[in-house]
Amino acid sequence: MRTGVVVFPGTWSDRDCGHALGDVLDQPVDYVDYREQNLKGLDLVVLPGGFSYGDYLRCGAIARFTPVMEAVTAFAAQGGLVLGICNGFQILQEARLLPGALLKNASCEFRCEWVHLRVEQSNSAFTVDCRPGQVLRIPISHGEGNFFADPSALERLEQESRVVFRYCTQDGQSAPDANPNGSLHNIAGISNVRGNVLGMMPHPERACEALLGGDDGLLILQSAIHAWSRVPA
Amino acid sequence: MRKAEVFVTLKPVVNDPQGLTIRSGLHALGFDKVTDVRSGKYLLVTLDEPDAAKARQQVEEMARQLLANEVIEDYRITMLQGGGL
Repeated sequence: MRTGVVVFPGTWSDRDCGHALGDVLDQPVDYVDYREQNLKGLDLVVLPGGFSYGDYLRCGAIARFTPVMEAVTAFAAQGGLVLGICNGFQILQEARLLPGALLKNASCEFRCEWVHLRVEQSNSAFTVDCRPGQVLRIPISHGEGNFFADPSALERLEQESRVVFRYCTQDGQSAPDANPNGSLHNIAGISNVRGNVLGMMPHPERACEALLGGDDGLLILQSAIHAWSRVPA
Repeated sequence: MRKAEVFVTLKPVVNDPQGLTIRSGLHALGFDKVTDVRSGKYLLVTLDEPDAAKARQQVEEMARQLLANEVIEDYRITMLQGGGL
């Protein structure tokens, strides 16, 4: 599977994503410049975490208008796999590829810590190797991860089973105490209707080797590889 | 040159943790009559557009496309007088 990791001015997790996909999972990785207009030949595009354009105005607001995002929008419409992590999730929402917005954390603090996520459904391309209810341990690292959507958008997300990950306790309870940022319904990650676009605040690429403290993140990246290999060419 | 003030605020239904924290700060200073604080952004846009109506229309478009996120924010525009100076 050919993977592309997009690099905006201010992106900081591109090499971590490249390491997870390339060194750990042995997939070819291209770093894609934000001025690129052509994603031909790629099967998975990752929008990594960081502070694109310094988070000026709003997180992801400026990155959304770069040439590569026009290409990503077309790529997603054709069924290409798109994974937005942290700032990448914020960019996907600004680009309206995913609904809602990510507000400042309820605590007003930047939170950098390991959290537990409950996999809500295994229909998305990024969770085909997971089972619903499975608990993953993956770190977060953000100041604006407080998921918000208006009541009708939220209801639609729930009804269409597009909430992919929820913050939970170690034993899988989505309790308020397990919510690190004030996200509505403890939402940590959502997909589009088709399931080929996923946005999530936690960083799977930072949980891809035991040496890093855990490798649950690999399940998400490996799912994408397996989902792609099942798609008839 | 024309100048437009754009005020971007969170929609009333959106929680504003910064506003709540500022309110606590004001209470700590003894301003105990303060019941609510909402935070927002102020942008001053200068345009080289002689036509007042066109200038306003452009700023509206800027607010819709970029300056505010309609999912969570409202905006208000004030065109400053004497902008021809």
